[in-house]
Amino acid sequence: MSALPKAKLDATQARLAALSAPEAPGWTGPARNAALERVETLGLPAPRDEYWRFTRPASLVQAEAPAAEVYTSSDTPIFDGIDRVKLVFVDGVFDAGASDDPALAGVTIERLQAAQTTDIHWARDLYGTLEARGQTPVARPLAALNTAFATDGVLIHVTGRAERPVSLIYLHESETSDAYLHHVVKLEAGAEMTLLENGPGAARMNMVMEVELADRAAFHHVRAQGRDHQRRAATHVFARLGSESTFKSFTVTMNGVMTRNECVLELTGDNATAHVAGAALGDGDFHHDDTVFVTHDAVNCESRQVFKKVLRNGATGVFQGKILVKPGAQKTDGYQISQSLLLDGDSQFLAKPELEIYADDVACSHGSTSGAIDETGLFYLRSRGIPEGPATDLLTLAFLAEAVQEIEDGALQEEVLDRLRGWLERRRH
Amino acid sequence: MLEIKNLHVKLEEEDKQILKGVDLTVEAGKVHAIMGPNGSGKSTLSYVLSGRDGYEVTEGAATLDGTDLLELEPEERAAAGLFLAFQYPVEIPGVGNMTFLRTAVNAQRKARGQDELSATEFLKVIREKAKALKIDAEMLKRPVNVGFSGGEKKRNEILQMAMLEPKMCILDETDSGLDVDAMKLVADGVNALRDEGRAFLVITHYQRLLDHIKPDVVHIMSDGRIVKTGGPELALEVETNGYADFLEEA
Repeated sequence: MSALPKAKLDATQARLAALSAPEAPGWTGPARNAALERVETLGLPAPRDEYWRFTRPASLVQAEAPAAEVYTSSDTPIFDGIDRVKLVFVDGVFDAGASDDPALAGVTIERLQAAQTTDIHWARDLYGTLEARGQTPVARPLAALNTAFATDGVLIHVTGRAERPVSLIYLHESETSDAYLHHVVKLEAGAEMTLLENGPGAARMNMVMEVELADRAAFHHVRAQGRDHQRRAATHVFARLGSESTFKSFTVTMNGVMTRNECVLELTGDNATAHVAGAALGDGDFHHDDTVFVTHDAVNCESRQVFKKVLRNGATGVFQGKILVKPGAQKTDGYQISQSLLLDGDSQFLAKPELEIYADDVACSHGSTSGAIDETGLFYLRSRGIPEGPATDLLTLAFLAEAVQEIEDGALQEEVLDRLRGWLERRRH
Repeated sequence: MLEIKNLHVKLEEEDKQILKGVDLTVEAGKVHAIMGPNGSGKSTLSYVLSGRDGYEVTEGAATLDGTDLLELEPEERAAAGLFLAFQYPVEIPGVGNMTFLRTAVNAQRKARGQDELSATEFLKVIREKAKALKIDAEMLKRPVNVGFSGGEKKRNEILQMAMLEPKMCILDETDSGLDVDAMKLVADGVNALRDEGRAFLVITHYQRLLDHIKPDVVHIMSDGRIVKTGGPELALEVETNGYADFLEEA
């Protein structure tokens, strides 16, 4: 740790001093110790770090979570119309009373806190493993910090086709809560499941999810981050894909002064497919960062990154996306698009799209744009009798469509569209 | 129905006068045509009437059944019964043609205090009208005008007109980019909408569209003014002799 610059060293030590490791880590102990060493070696993110050029890490790193007012509303929460197995966490602590009985054919669901003390566990070889792999070539110290200090989470083992989605609901009730949740999902060959996540979770939430997909497995992930405007979140999703497996993740983010969502995907089996997409709508002091790293290390794989951000009143959107094609990863089909719709002149979008290719028979494309509402289109809609507000919303939804269409399930897509429409309508007056 | 008096319009961004005193009255049930060379102000007139940004009315008035059009937002003009078929229909990626049409129809119904059409009612009406214009289900599902051919775009304009049932229809060079068959289809669509309570203002360079949509009155526009008004024979005169004679008269 001594090799770190002084400011970084001090900040890292201050953060570590305020955290305590679980008393009975069981089989997660070695992984937690190794992760702690990683944090000490790497240091926590600091303002001058290249990977944090567009996002100030201070509020995610400082010892105390900045207070976040709890938002109360009578609105129906998202996914309410979906038949699912609900698992509820309040400020980062599992609430068995509020959760469904986690019985689902083809799926075993356990709480990390309880399962880590059992003698033998399937998650032993996975907990912290994908996170550790994801530390190169770019360090993600907040994820290592999570592995070391996670207090709760779920371990999901999927052996068949889950007939209902598993839904993680994150409630926020304390203004100063600081949550560390770590989930591990393992899908056996040919297994299939949908995982939903929603809610702010805490004043500050650090979430890590590691997803291991065996051959022909399929994992669908739809996440909604929203509501409490002052909440902060740093999330990491790590996934490793086997042959012919499919990984699809979509996140909608509305409100939140600080969100950093990292997604680190490794395609290690031939003919795998990985899609990661996001729609973010920000108003005022909203700061949203999508950081994606996709590594192609097998033949004939397809990856897609589709990120769209609607920004107004000085909101900031960030996108850092990379496609790395390793030697031998021939026939790779990689696509990346990041776009922002700036509804006024005060908002900004910062993007850093990257391709790094070491194979010669690949098709990779990327694009990044920033623009305002198309005035000609707006006039066309208005000339047909659609008032300016609804016409602007229609064009905004059209802008987001490419990302939202990444959600395969029609009912889930509709749930998300509903939220987007609501957000736009509330801001029309 | 439509009354334009001494209309003077300049571009907002530059000090350029486009319309220099247009006087025009279109009565209910009639078809008027405006012909004129490029740059005479025909398209500007259609945009100013429908409320597009970028133009400044410096003098004059335009009313639709007594309502001052120039005071209204574009959507209010539409709800009042004005429709412009665009010379270049706009492509709107991501918005389905059907969604667009239903939103437009219901927005206008709402503005007029009528009940919105249900999905089923709407579907029934649109299927019938689309069929007459040879617009198939596929075209209705696609994003508005995206990937449409020139002819498809113009038919789509006429479909919108048929669905919205405006009382004053302005057709801005609807014949441009159409082959003979497509022009016939579009003209049939327009003719089907002709009735006592509806008026048309057809803007065109050429006489050929007027073979299919027979006008009651033809105006020649030049340098921001109507320089001559007559019957259908005026269009034939233009076809034979060009605009030069009229320009000299002006």
